[in-house]
Amino acid sequence: MANFLFLFFAGFTVVCAAGIVLNRNAVNAAMCLLLCLVGVAGLFVRLDAFLLAFLLLLVYAGAVVALFLFIVMLLDTKGGTTPARSALAKGAGLVAFALLAAGVASLALKGRLAAPAAGSEPAVGASLKLYADQLFTLYLLPVEIVGFILLIAMIGVIVLSRKETGAS
Amino acid sequence: MIAATLNAYIVISALLFAIGFLGVLVRRNTLIIFMCLELMLVASTLALVAFSRFNGTMDGNVFVFFILTVAAAEVAVGLAIIVAFFRKRQTVQVDHIDALKN
Repeated sequence: MANFLFLFFAGFTVVCAAGIVLNRNAVNAAMCLLLCLVGVAGLFVRLDAFLLAFLLLLVYAGAVVALFLFIVMLLDTKGGTTPARSALAKGAGLVAFALLAAGVASLALKGRLAAPAAGSEPAVGASLKLYADQLFTLYLLPVEIVGFILLIAMIGVIVLSRKETGAS
Repeated sequence: MIAATLNAYIVISALLFAIGFLGVLVRRNTLIIFMCLELMLVASTLALVAFSRFNGTMDGNVFVFFILTVAAAEVAVGLAIIVAFFRKRQTVQVDHIDALKN
């Protein structure tokens, strides 16, 4: 049963990820991204990282995909007028993908990752107390820096999206 | 309770990364390229969470926490840049982003 859930979420995620790449329509691609993120959140739950699964749904599926959809609809890009990408570029992309996929296959067939047996370690990611303990002691400075990055990003977006008035 | 091995999770993560990489290389729409970049980020977080779970440490989980935050900021800035570009050139196809060429 547990293995079935892993296979289900893994297959679902990979199929939806392929959907992002293969879809012509940007709105459909964004929807595939949404489903793909739901699949990854399911895998996180299988790994007992409940907080991260929740945050992934909240931040990515909630905010980021909504932002993508908003921009896609705002820009209203109609494809079809631009010429198709050259065969050389497409071939190069496929070759690069094939090389990466061969790496994945060799990892799957010959990989020997030195890890303890499944379930022998305690599920530390399930404990909210441990997150708080780490974030407010050892990682306090990174937390402050990340907050500052968010502030800078907010100011940057406001500056970037301001209408140019010509003055100044 | 986890049944699948660490290897299986890493393979799924690497496969997602490869698919995102393919999308970045073959697609022409900047928005879809950006979505594929996000997919690659999420694939790397899956690997980090899997390593963290199987080794019983907290570091990978905390790192994923930071990746999520930075990715949210990155998406906001990236989409603002794409909108600014669209205002100037009325297109989001990468073939037209060639102002620095030659």
